[in-house]
Amino acid sequence: MRANYKVELTSGIFLLMGVAALLWLATEATDYGLQIGDDTYLVSARFSNVADLKIRAPVKIGGVTVGLVDQIVLDAVTFEAVVTLKIDQQFADIPSDSSASILTSGVLGDRYIGLEPGGAMDALTDGDQILITQSAIVLENLISKFLFNTSSKGSNE
Amino acid sequence: MKDPIIRLSNLVYRRGSKVILNDVSMDIKRGSIVAIMGPSGVGKTTILRLISGQLHPNKGSVEVNGKLISSLSRRDLYTCRKEIGVLLQDGALFTDLTVFENVATPLREHTDLSEEEIHDRVMDKLKSVGLADTAKLMPYSLSGGMARRVALARAVIMNPRIVLFDEPMTGLDPIAMSTISRLIRVTNDELGLTSVIVTHNVDQMNKLVDYCFILAGAKLIAEGSPQVLMHCDEPAVDQFMNGRVEGPISFNVAASYQT
Amino acid sequence: MPKDRSKRNAFLAPIAETGHCGVFLIRMLGSIRLERELLISTLQQIYLIGARSLVIIMICGFFVGMVLSLQAINALQLFGASDQVSLLVGKTLFRELGPVLTALLFAGRAGTSVAAEIGLMKATSQIEAMELMAIDPVQRIALPRFLAGVVSLPLLTAMFNAFAVIGAVVFSIGVMGLDPGIFWSKLQSGILFSKDFMGGVWKSVVFGGIVSLIAVYFGYYAKPTGEGVGTATTRTVVLSSVLVLIFDFIMTSLLI
Repeated sequence: MRANYKVELTSGIFLLMGVAALLWLATEATDYGLQIGDDTYLVSARFSNVADLKIRAPVKIGGVTVGLVDQIVLDAVTFEAVVTLKIDQQFADIPSDSSASILTSGVLGDRYIGLEPGGAMDALTDGDQILITQSAIVLENLISKFLFNTSSKGSNE
Repeated sequence: MKDPIIRLSNLVYRRGSKVILNDVSMDIKRGSIVAIMGPSGVGKTTILRLISGQLHPNKGSVEVNGKLISSLSRRDLYTCRKEIGVLLQDGALFTDLTVFENVATPLREHTDLSEEEIHDRVMDKLKSVGLADTAKLMPYSLSGGMARRVALARAVIMNPRIVLFDEPMTGLDPIAMSTISRLIRVTNDELGLTSVIVTHNVDQMNKLVDYCFILAGAKLIAEGSPQVLMHCDEPAVDQFMNGRVEGPISFNVAASYQT
Repeated sequence: MPKDRSKRNAFLAPIAETGHCGVFLIRMLGSIRLERELLISTLQQIYLIGARSLVIIMICGFFVGMVLSLQAINALQLFGASDQVSLLVGKTLFRELGPVLTALLFAGRAGTSVAAEIGLMKATSQIEAMELMAIDPVQRIALPRFLAGVVSLPLLTAMFNAFAVIGAVVFSIGVMGLDPGIFWSKLQSGILFSKDFMGGVWKSVVFGGIVSLIAVYFGYYAKPTGEGVGTATTRTVVLSSVLVLIFDFIMTSLLI
């Protein structure tokens, strides 16, 4: 043997460490671990305002990620934002009358879609639309509303 | 001369505008030890490189074993080279391999022998050059003479038909020189080789070789057995063989050719 | 009349050399044979040029991670956004600094030693001896070193990135007291596997090819003198560093 055992062993360890580093980074430091499986179904929801919701933002039920935002388009007729949600097939029993709202993680954090399960017997299936939606709360609107309300209250008194 | 193993006909080789070889023809007899001699830088090593196919002549042809070396493809050339062993000037041992592995390299590359057979053949060759106990050493711990003997063992490991030696005596002490010289004779006769030696060491060659070619000024000026050449009347041959300063081979011309 | 090197056109010479290098690459790749010999010698070279570069890569990675997070926290604090530090560090690392810095270190550590080694083999006529034994030196000497470089650099880059992340963890969590949960969740939600991560991996594969091709090429065609070997080594570092940065830009603009 020309390559002695120590050399083979060391290069073997090096190769394994390299692959381990790749895997560790991929699963711990990227969204690889958060990606949902290939087995998914699509549902849509209409919002009057999605604010800064982004594609690939998580879709959560009770704080647990069940899917992600696949597509955001504007309906040219009604001027509503149509958001397509890609949901993992293992959560196939979400009631059809569930509601979707655009929420914010933390005060200034990223937007995500929260689903609130309803009580219907039949479940959402591929191509369905979520009818009850609540648009994003835009901070500027909230503040201006608050200022407007307090000033009008003040003038009433 | 019947059935020469190497035949050079009307070789012309130029490097840039400089003519290194001008219309040189040689026939080298099977089984003989032949020396190509001449002052430094006269194109002796170039002839070896033409025989091994590393260089191509501008004109003329090189025939080895009936094959036209100068017109072979890389693959055919490699097949042909398995029958030619070459011992380069300093031995050119692979510095990162042991002596044993150095000698074993051609076997590993070109044969499917088992580890045991390789071991036997390598040790056999190392024994024949008297270096069996250096098998595990690295080349840097060998002396110049030992390195060249290892290189000789490596050059003949494939049992080639021809071995080319490029200055095998240069830089060796007299004892090492005699050892190498004796080894060349013994291997040549035992294995039925044809040996071509490029050298400028006249004394050693006279004892060793069967036939000599003398080159000067890009031309072949004489050929014949050493005894004949020693007593040749031609001034240039006489000057070279007897090492005289005065003569037709000018010191300045010789120095202007650089290998 | 064969042209003298010095008389060649100064503009055409680099183009001709690029072509020569390309021919060398094709000849090298054409000599790939799936056999044990190649596997063993490639493994050996992975040990020599990959595994032996490991320690320097880990140390550099660790400190790059620390300094990146130090700078990032300093800048982000101005906007009260220091919890975004892991995202900033991760993106710059995976996309740019990891592949590029590792390739530059690799050129200096492994590229030079490969160029010098092959150049020295040439100067001591070992390459010639091989050719005379009917062994193709491109296949036996150049190819394993090239392949080892292509395999080693992505793995070294992964190692560099891993230690840089550890460095960032040590500094931002250990020293600056950031919340580890926020640190990791920002990384996991913000860094895209397909674009940020794999983009960096592809870059490092290409860089590995560039650096080792240049090292092998310059070594193989070095003048067989001490000075020739020195020149080959210097040219390897300079040219491969420049090419890595040029190709970094090209690949970044293609990948985005």
